[in-house]
Amino acid sequence: MIELLLDILSWVLLLSGSFFCLTGGIGLMRFPEFFSRIHAASLTDTLGASLILMGLMLQAGITITLAKLIMILILSLIAGTTASHAMAKAALKSGMCPLDQVDRSQQPEIKAYKDKS
Amino acid sequence: METLIDIVLLSFLVLTALAVAKMHDLFAVVMLSGIYSLLSASLFLDLDAVDVAFTEASVGAGISTLLFLASLKLVGRYEKRTRYRPMLALGVVLATGTLLIYGTLDMPHFGSPDTPVHQHVAPRYLNDSMAEIGVPNVVTSVLASYRGYDTLGETLVIFTAGIGVTSLLRVSRRTKREEQQRVPADMQQQIILRVVAKWMLPLIMVFALYVQFHGDYGPGGGFQAGVIFAAGVILYTMLYGLSTTQKVFPRKMLELFAALGVLLYGGVGITCLLLGGNFLDYNVLRHDPVHGQHLGILLVELGVGITVASVMIMIFFKFTWRTVKHKYFVK
Amino acid sequence: MFAVTALTLLVVMALALARAFLGPTLYDRILAVNNFGTKTVLLIAVMDFLAGRPDFLDIAIVYALINFISIIGVLRFFEYAQQKTVEHGE
Repeated sequence: MIELLLDILSWVLLLSGSFFCLTGGIGLMRFPEFFSRIHAASLTDTLGASLILMGLMLQAGITITLAKLIMILILSLIAGTTASHAMAKAALKSGMCPLDQVDRSQQPEIKAYKDKS
Repeated sequence: METLIDIVLLSFLVLTALAVAKMHDLFAVVMLSGIYSLLSASLFLDLDAVDVAFTEASVGAGISTLLFLASLKLVGRYEKRTRYRPMLALGVVLATGTLLIYGTLDMPHFGSPDTPVHQHVAPRYLNDSMAEIGVPNVVTSVLASYRGYDTLGETLVIFTAGIGVTSLLRVSRRTKREEQQRVPADMQQQIILRVVAKWMLPLIMVFALYVQFHGDYGPGGGFQAGVIFAAGVILYTMLYGLSTTQKVFPRKMLELFAALGVLLYGGVGITCLLLGGNFLDYNVLRHDPVHGQHLGILLVELGVGITVASVMIMIFFKFTWRTVKHKYFVK
Repeated sequence: MFAVTALTLLVVMALALARAFLGPTLYDRILAVNNFGTKTVLLIAVMDFLAGRPDFLDIAIVYALINFISIIGVLRFFEYAQQKTVEHGE
């Protein structure tokens, strides 16, 4: 009985995790410019990875595999989010502007870049 | 299912290789070769070769990308266009390739069980490894004990590469002063990355030690541990600057440790000679052959790990000092 | 159930690879490589359960670390280069 419940819960978590990863991939291809793509890719990446890893954790039982999966989850959360922060910051500092109607030439980073060059 | 994953990964590999050949922006080429290494490592996993996948991931996708980027800052970002069409070279390559493929048609099929290596060598290692050496991971027992002499040669190759790079690239005092002045301005802008890197660094080092000593029981060993340790130190260097890191890892200490690892490996071999056995015959190290093998493998893997870590850090430091000195070409 | 997840992950890896080939700016390519690396980590964890060998998870940890370190490396190198060209007034 408890086995069946764990299996159903694993199915749900794995399928929803795959769905989120898939939407992230589609967003990566179809959005028009870099900042919207990074929004799609990093958010869905983190969520999809967490759901898939939690689904796998339910299948593992109380073994060393469970401890390693928890470590992978924590590492993926911290490293993934920091990497996307670093990418967005580097793109902004190099002068790339997001594609919207707001006038960004007065923002401090972009102004500093344009004043220097 | 595994076959499907194999086919898909191999086709990705072909597409990536074609893209690498066609592109002219070398930064993009370096990124794509990182993807190429990740794909090959996944393929090795699918073929059940776990240790090889480990080494391919850490060396190919990690250290190689960083070293390529460091050298890319010195040479410029765009590939120079050739003004002639190398038809003669293409003809020679096609002819030689065809002859080689024709030559391999005589060889036995890939992975078939009646080749000579599967009749004599592999069964001997697989059947006798647990009894003679007592280490669960057969790859480590073959690498460090049955074929220990080859591994000594590989460690010496890495050491020689380190010597070559050190003797070719010198760093002047003026460069060191210039680098020290540049770093403090960065502190406020990179605060999230710096905090995360500082937090992660001890964990990376502990993980490298885990991989080193767990190599007897699972995938791992000296090479992978050395590369992971070096990658952690490189992460710290990228965010805090070379001068800060060199207070902890000064140049003389790195050179000493690189030599010390090789000395440890050769020293174990000579000790075996002095105790009455052959060179690198670990059976004579302790009262009992199996315990002798354990001790021998432990010391030898430690030597490999120390040398690989020191040489990787040394090469990265030398390349990065060079980029401080020269004007940048990258646009 | 693992097969479905593995197939979806392969499809996402193909999409990320396409973005790495196409992406007009360099940052698109860096983003695609980062995404590819994370999906490879997940694919290894799922393949471990498919094949039944618990050893693979060490490799997943290493991949996650290496992915992070190379992305930070690329960004630092690229940023240093931009800063230096701006300072030299090119």
